[in-house]
Parts: sequence; C-alpha cells; structure tokens
Amino acid sequence: MTNILLLMFSAIFIENFIFSKFYGCCPFLGVSEKPDTALGMGMAVTFVMTVSSAATYGVYQILAMFGLEYLKTIAFILVIAGLVQFIEMFLRRFIPALYSSLGIFLPLITTNCAVLGAALVNIQNGHTFLESIAFGFSAAIGFTMAIVIFAGVRVRLRGANPPKCFKGMPLALITAGLIAMAFLGFSGMSIG
Amino acid sequence: MEWTNIIFAVIVFAVLGGAIGALLAIASRVFAVPRNEKAEEITEVLPGANCGGCGYSGCAALAEAIATGKAKPNSCTVGGSEVAEKVAAIMGIEAEHTVRMRAQVMCSGTKDHSKQKYDYQGITDCQSAMQLGGGSRLCPNGCLGLGTCVSKCPFGAIEVRDGVAFVDYNKCQGCGVCVAACPKHIIKLIPFNAKHWVGCMSVEKGALTRTYCDVGCIGCRICEKNCEAGAIKIDGFLASIDYDKCTGCDVCISKCPRKIIWSGTTQARNPVIKL
Repeated sequence: MTNILLLMFSAIFIENFIFSKFYGCCPFLGVSEKPDTALGMGMAVTFVMTVSSAATYGVYQILAMFGLEYLKTIAFILVIAGLVQFIEMFLRRFIPALYSSLGIFLPLITTNCAVLGAALVNIQNGHTFLESIAFGFSAAIGFTMAIVIFAGVRVRLRGANPPKCFKGMPLALITAGLIAMAFLGFSGMSIG
Repeated sequence: MEWTNIIFAVIVFAVLGGAIGALLAIASRVFAVPRNEKAEEITEVLPGANCGGCGYSGCAALAEAIATGKAKPNSCTVGGSEVAEKVAAIMGIEAEHTVRMRAQVMCSGTKDHSKQKYDYQGITDCQSAMQLGGGSRLCPNGCLGLGTCVSKCPFGAIEVRDGVAFVDYNKCQGCGVCVAACPKHIIKLIPFNAKHWVGCMSVEKGALTRTYCDVGCIGCRICEKNCEAGAIKIDGFLASIDYDKCTGCDVCISKCPRKIIWSGTTQARNPVIKL
C-alpha cells in the first residue's frame, strides 16, 4: 500500500509529466488559456489515462504471449485511439452531462503523447496491474495540476504589458520554463 | 528473426484491429443517440460564427434550443431577418420581424475632450480599471478605452481610437457580446440603419457634466425643441433618439451646442454605414 502511495506522490510531483518529463506539452500550451477549459482538459486526460493504463496493461500481456513486445508502441496507439472513441460514444449515450463537459477534449486526446507515455512508462518500470492504474491516474492528476496552475498564470499574463516580441507564446514558454524549474525542487527528494 | 514472428505479428494486429473495429461498430449502433434532424438543418442555416451573442454556447447549441422550442427562430442577432426566415421555414412557423442591429459606443469623450482622475498604468482591461475608483476617467459614464470590448468582439469590429472605442459598422454583426462585456454599460445595440445617435451616456446635471468633459450631453433641450419629427427626448439630462421616428433630417446635428449628435451617413468621425 505504501508502495502505491509513494508511486502516486512521485508521479504527481517529482516526475510530473509536464514539468519534468515534458510529455503532453501540446495540450499544456494549447488548452491553457482559461482555467475552466484547462480543468476540463485535465479531467478528460485523467479519465482516459486511468482507463487506458488498465487497457494497455492487458494488451501488453497479450503481446508478451506471442513475443511481440517490440510492437507495443503501435499496439498502444491503436488501443488508446479505439478506447477513446468507445468511451466517447458510451458517455454520449449514458452520461450526457459528463460528455458535454468534457466536450471536444475527448477526441483531442486520442493521440495525446502523455496518455501513450503513461502506458509506455508503466511497461518500462514493470508496474503491476494495480500500480499501472495508480500511476496512470496520478500522472494525469499531475498533468491536471500543471495545466490548471499554468492557466491561472496565463490569465494574469493576458493583462501584462510585455515587449511586443514576447507577447503571447514566447512569454507562455518562458513562464512554463520557470514553473518547471520550480518543480525541479521536488526532484531533490528521494523516495523509497 | 524467424518468419513465424512476422506471421504472428500480422495475425495479432489483424485480430486486435478487427476486434477494436467491431467493438466500435457495435458501439456506434448500441449507443446511437437519436439526433434531432431539425436541429441539424438549422445549424446549416445559422451563420456558424459561434459568437455566443444569442446566449448559447454556439450555433449548434442554439439550433438545438430552437428545434426543441426553447428559443425563438429569430434568436440569432447576427443572421438577422434573412436567417430568421429560413429557420422559421424549417420549423414551419411564421418568422417574427427582426431588425438588423449594430453596436454603438455611446461616448464622444476622446482624450483631448475629457478629463482624467489619475494616470492609470495597470492591466489594460476595463474590468481591472473599474476596481480602481471606477476607472481613471472623471466621467462615471465615459469609455475607459482599455479595450475589453475589443478583445471580446468575435468579429474584430472594434478598435480604440483616442481613448474611445469605435465600432466598424461594416464588420459589426450586432451580436451584442460587447454590450454585455462593457463594465460601464455604454455600448448599445441600435438599429443598423439608425441615422443619428447621441454620443453620450452622462445622466448627470449639465453643470457637472461640463466639469467632466467638453463633449458631454448637458440636457439643454435644444435638440428636443428643434426636432420636427419629435424623435428626441431628454430623460435625466440626457438626450435619446427614438430611431423609429427619426427622419434623418440632420437638424439636431447642426443645432447641438456640444456637437455630440452623430450621423452614420454623413460625418467622417465614424466609418460610414453602407445602407
């Protein structure tokens, strides 16, 4: 149990997907204009990443049976894309409220590298089934935290008056770098 | 590498792909949501700007609301009567008459005409400026000129010139997003072909308005007396024009001592309306 809690803490803070591994930078920069939409994106990623961690664990076991581990990346992309489509249809039919709140974010993360990254890291670190789900969930929580923090900062940046050459994306990138450096503080902690 | 590896890889991926494909095909049947055909037709007709001026999140959401009877066919201000008629035809009901509107910033107090309380150097946003004693402008009903409406306008029709926001009528679609965004509430929707308007929102007494601004309405009633059509009324020291009655005779423009009754068709201050 402590093992899983440590794994989750480490996935959220120390090995934060965005600030230390640099996975999922595309939605991080693209969907962080407003805290509300950032939270929506984070929720969608959390949902998909948790489910896909479980699904890819199963798929990997099938691949391993046939000695096809080297094809895991392609298989994962296929499975995740199919899974997201399936979840989308399922939600639209049975939980329309959740569907409309996740909205366009669900199809957007079909090919999100953070989701694929979580699946691959699970394999790399030899996580068990439970650990895989815990890691996927907490890595996504870390992603959500990062994107919401960043969206909050960007709201303040919008009113700022920087030199013209820094306006918009350059300033956003610099800010993201500064937050990443702050998160570097966590990597000094050794856990386990 | 043995050739069986390749065969296995092909088979496993074919099965995997086939299984996912079949799952999705079944799911799309089982989880199919009954679509509202009328809503889709209406979505086609709507302008598709997703400006949110109607109060719904986008054109598709409005179409849904119209199809289910929650919104009127003429709810789209951007599309005007043309779209309203098409939507009404789809719904099989008579369209109510709609007038194309345009946004008008009811302030004439450019920088050299109006006085400032203090030098504002904060965030360039009217909402933020409002937190500091209602903005830097002395007149409580004057344009702050920090461009909250400019950033909100989905059609890029507003710009700030000399400290006052201006609407480019030829770009304005009359969605009313800026009207809701303006913290001073000095943007109004007026009929697109309204010839004249009063470029001031100051309801203070004339003497007070004079201290704020060189071009504020002082409620002198000269326009009211001179308007032959009886279209101008003074209400609380502020002239307002009844656009239905206005004949566009230009008398008020020449009589106004403060030069704040403007014409969309003759004067160069604003872009000319193409009627």
